[in-house]
Amino acid sequence: MEIKGIKEGILITLENQDWEQARNALIRKITEKQPFFQGACLVLDVGSNVLQYKELSDMREHLKNQGVMLSGVLSKSLVTQKTARGMGLITKLEKPSIKPEKLSPLDTVLTGESAIFIQRTIRSGFKVVHKGHVIILGDVNPGAEIVASGSVIIWGHMRGTVHAGADGDESANVCALDLSPTQLRIASIIATTPKDHALPKPEIASIVEGQIIAQTWKNIQGDL
Amino acid sequence: MNARVVTITSGKGGVGKTTTTANLGMALASLDKHVVCIDTDIGLRNLDVVMGLENRIVYDLVDAIEGRCRLTQAMIRDRRYSNLYLIPAAQTRDKSAISPSDLVRLCNELRKEMDYILIDCPAGIERGFRNALAPSDEVLVVTNPEVSSVRDADRIIGLVEAEEKGPVKLIINRINNGMVKRGDMLSPSDVIELLAIPLIGIVPEDESVLVSTNHGQPVVLNEKSKAGLAFNNIAKRMMGEEVPWIELDDKSGWLARLGKLFAGGG
Repeated sequence: MEIKGIKEGILITLENQDWEQARNALIRKITEKQPFFQGACLVLDVGSNVLQYKELSDMREHLKNQGVMLSGVLSKSLVTQKTARGMGLITKLEKPSIKPEKLSPLDTVLTGESAIFIQRTIRSGFKVVHKGHVIILGDVNPGAEIVASGSVIIWGHMRGTVHAGADGDESANVCALDLSPTQLRIASIIATTPKDHALPKPEIASIVEGQIIAQTWKNIQGDL
Repeated sequence: MNARVVTITSGKGGVGKTTTTANLGMALASLDKHVVCIDTDIGLRNLDVVMGLENRIVYDLVDAIEGRCRLTQAMIRDRRYSNLYLIPAAQTRDKSAISPSDLVRLCNELRKEMDYILIDCPAGIERGFRNALAPSDEVLVVTNPEVSSVRDADRIIGLVEAEEKGPVKLIINRINNGMVKRGDMLSPSDVIELLAIPLIGIVPEDESVLVSTNHGQPVVLNEKSKAGLAFNNIAKRMMGEEVPWIELDDKSGWLARLGKLFAGGG
């Protein structure tokens, strides 16, 4: 059930179910929120229900007893519309005064998430720690350490230790042009580079079914 | 004269800092430069031994800094090259006997009379390293083609960059071409790719280095030695000369080339 304020008063759109249920739900609602509806003009959208005079007048009586005036009935059914008109109820809402509708442009500007950017070689003994994502333009050498609560992107060789999703984010990933870390962690899962690591190629490591998997861009495209 | 202060360092011990300092000092002196080598490895002095000047030490670096002697009294003049000097380290003290600013002051005093001041840095990244780095205009990082010394060199380069010292240049010492070929040793390109700094010299592994160290006669004095030639070339490159790289590959000597010619012809 949807309740909306309109020019004519209050519009209640009933759920598309049989009349008996819809009616009971409506009465319950109005009884519950009696002070709110007190003295209101009500327009009911009854959907495709086909209603006769008996049902509509019964409804009008009920509402009147609660201090609510039924002023209109909207329906997809022609029969219902005719019946309502016969009872002096409106069956159409007044069109809002014709102003050229303002179309707000579709929102195509993405805000994204913030990250830190470092352009240099991260050498042995150096450590980058950040709450968020980390982007490095340069190599990360063995003995260096990157810890991020988000993802880590390295445009260079990743040969040190990296921990993405350090606060437990299992959706974090680690990308590098050459992903051969001494040790790679995502959230609480730890992996090392296999000894028979092939030729350097860009890879993305992420958690797949509880394990860290490194995939090439081609294989992961579309899954991101 | 306004000397250039060059610090020779490595992080790891035993990769050839002292050998490099002695040989570069000797090579630069043979090229008519006024050179002083300073041993800052206080408590573990070596440079005097390698240069064969041990028996002539009267005063040392700490004496000069603490004012027990004039600076010139602590400078031992080499017998082979009268334009080469050594300031030896104290053996009975430790690294805390001097501070970075002491060494800066001492070097500034020497700059006027010298072309090159070579500082032999102790191993490690503690006080001794900070002392040796403080006055430097240029840093030569010595490494061997094996992972642990390359790792330490990387650390040292990072610290030098953090101190905003430099330029930093790389010397790869004790390369064994046969082992590189068999894939048993890191190749110079592996090392350079990782460390990402300019190379100033590659020194081949050479038994004559050990022999000459034991005799206190730096290997540059041995004209037949390949390592000696390599050190001479580094000295020339330090002076801004373009020196072609030595062919390390023994097999590309004239004999091998002859072999190839026959193979190609047959």
